Amino acid sequence: MIKSKPAAASARNGNGNGAQRTSKRLQYATSRESTPANIAASYGHYIGGKFVPSSGGETFATTNPATGEVLSRVATGTPEDVDRAVAAARTAYEKYWKPLSPARRAAYVYRIARAISERARELAVLETLDNGKPIKESRDFDVPMASAHFFYYAGWADKLEYAARGGRMPHSRGVVGSIVPWNFPLLMAAWKIAPALAAGNTIVLKPAETTPLSALRLAEICADADLPPGVLNIVTGDGVAGAALAAHTGIDKIAFTGSTEVGKAIQRGRAGSRIPITLELGGKAANIVFADAPLDAAIEGIVSGIYFNQGHVCCAGSRLLVQESIHDEVVARLTERLETMRIGDPLDKNTDIGAINSQAQLDRIKELVASGIAEGATLHSQTAALPETGCFFPASFFTGVGPGMRIAREEIFGPVLSIMTFRTADEAIEKANNTRYGLSAGVWTDKGSKSMYVAGKLKAGVVWCSTFNKFDPSSPFGGYRESGFGREGGLEGLRPYLELDP
Amino acid sequence: MLSFASSPVVDAVMLEARAADFSKRSLKREAKRAAIDLAIRCIDLTTLEGKDSPGKVQSMCAKAVFPGFGAPSVAAVCVYPNMVAVAKAAVAGSSVKVASVATAFPSGLSSLDVKLRDTEAALSDGADEIDMVINRGAFLAGDEQLVYNEVAAVKRLCGDVHVKAILEAGELGSYDAIRRASDLCLDAGADTIKTSTGKIGISATLPISLVMCQSIHAFYQRTGEHRGFKAAGGIRTSKVALSYLVLIDEVLGGDWLDPDLFRLGASSLLDDLLLQREKERTGRYPSPDIIPKD
Repeated sequence: MIKSKPAAASARNGNGNGAQRTSKRLQYATSRESTPANIAASYGHYIGGKFVPSSGGETFATTNPATGEVLSRVATGTPEDVDRAVAAARTAYEKYWKPLSPARRAAYVYRIARAISERARELAVLETLDNGKPIKESRDFDVPMASAHFFYYAGWADKLEYAARGGRMPHSRGVVGSIVPWNFPLLMAAWKIAPALAAGNTIVLKPAETTPLSALRLAEICADADLPPGVLNIVTGDGVAGAALAAHTGIDKIAFTGSTEVGKAIQRGRAGSRIPITLELGGKAANIVFADAPLDAAIEGIVSGIYFNQGHVCCAGSRLLVQESIHDEVVARLTERLETMRIGDPLDKNTDIGAINSQAQLDRIKELVASGIAEGATLHSQTAALPETGCFFPASFFTGVGPGMRIAREEIFGPVLSIMTFRTADEAIEKANNTRYGLSAGVWTDKGSKSMYVAGKLKAGVVWCSTFNKFDPSSPFGGYRESGFGREGGLEGLRPYLELDP
Repeated sequence: MLSFASSPVVDAVMLEARAADFSKRSLKREAKRAAIDLAIRCIDLTTLEGKDSPGKVQSMCAKAVFPGFGAPSVAAVCVYPNMVAVAKAAVAGSSVKVASVATAFPSGLSSLDVKLRDTEAALSDGADEIDMVINRGAFLAGDEQLVYNEVAAVKRLCGDVHVKAILEAGELGSYDAIRRASDLCLDAGADTIKTSTGKIGISATLPISLVMCQSIHAFYQRTGEHRGFKAAGGIRTSKVALSYLVLIDEVLGGDWLDPDLFRLGASSLLDDLLLQREKERTGRYPSPDIIPKD
């Protein structure tokens, strides 16, 4: 086992930059998750405990973005459908849910949590088919976290008096209207439904147009759990149904997660009313890497920050602020790391980057990337071949990004990172806060005092120190500025669903 | 002399998260068959017990050369210095190398003189590779230069014979220390760095191995030299062994997927690899009783 030692990298490899990617590499055969998702040919709205067709009789297709295949047809929600759903939720609130003892209510929520865990594999496959995210993520993140939210809030159901401050007695509000996005369809539904039900409210949920299936499966799960009819209602459809729900006079609270543009419209529409609103909107988070950071860890944090869920994450670390002295090293390491990321079939357990959720989103990503190139930034992408069909975009990042470029200011909502530099901690803070958003941020340094100093000055709802995209049901999550207001998760996430005695 | 004053810092949270990713890769069918054979070819089949006898060593060596079921030979056998001559005779004519632990294994707490004589004895009996232990006491007391000097002295004595420096990572107390010790040993000339002696509770783990491979990767980028990695102790199942191959592939690259640069030090792992190999070949699990025991 004697081996020659070349004098320099070039002597043997010619490429001193990174691990050698020779033909000797390990081959991973395709390893598809085979659990069936059992998707029906069509689904109606789930209203009053029954699946019912749209009042207009219309349906639309929901497709698998990785293949273009039609998965099912679902009802197109109309304002009349929303009326019916809100009425069903009102009846259920007065008749079943409000009079129910808190402990019984808790039991229902626990039952839903357990059922999600029991059907985790099926839900993960369904989510991956409808959304395009890798099965690794739906299996290890979306579904377990959704179940964890139900478990967490179930515990609150009979302890609500401890959620209020100053000895005031809390009460449920009534009917909650919720609109959720397509990036974490089941998890976002869980974030809304779990605290709403635990606090004693009934709910009408509108899932995103492109990803209705997991919410409908959750409706089936709730029906199997004998949840009283009308406590959870689901109206599928596009912006028409969403707008009808947001404007409906029969609801007592609005919880919305989605784009800043729609969030603003909802708030405008509700100005002057007494309806409480929580909005969880867009972001353009700064991920700040200091020269003294553990760089191998920071690279993992950068990767998790921007490439998790193809970058379809409102709290994605999409602006990398790296201290000038280590800029080149970070770029070199990130380039190397991208080559280990496997893009392709989302159902393959070895896939790291799945499909972009829709053609419209892919077009938007491409348009913003083109603007970055036109404005003078340099694009770096992983070299792996993309699948020939379906919506895919390679894991990418931009260098040479100026602070005024669109890619530095607008949310790309795709696997594309913008890298900029800073010199001092205060400059990093100034640049990080130089955005209309404020949902999340990351800080990477080996020095605890610096970490705390910077975290304290960042205008963001969540600041992750030496990690990124870490979630827990007991930890509140939400934004500053145009990233919205109100919190989800934890005690703070329960309060918006409660009304206090005067 | 040590050529650099400090090593990069390591953060446990993301290190462990990345290490966990390696065990989530799924190798199936032809990929699994190829990986099992590669893992077998990278094994240092080991016996390091006070009760080791010529008969036991001969039996193990025979299995190292012919594991059975048509499986390839392992890379090497690893024995105490007293058993080197027996092992050399037993593997003669095969591709299997003989590695010997030396330098007052497993504690490493003897004088440098004794360590060198221990190494010399193994070399004169024909050892192809020397698995030395570093002086953890000196390292933890802050005497990095002493650790460096001992590794350098053993390597000087060994010449072209391959030296694996055992960090005994489980005794070093932090990932930062493991990174530092890795950098130190590579800088001092160790051909391979090895996680553990197998004699304490914490042996090879994926996060420990990741830190060490990051050091090897950084060394390669700095100097262009390929240095090796050996994970030893506690690796008993094929599934875990395959996670190590994934780690090597994704952190160091394909060049390192080779017995020259990667080893798995183990005693019972081979049995499970043979079992899984048969399962892949026939489609069902054979009885563990048909796997040859040494």
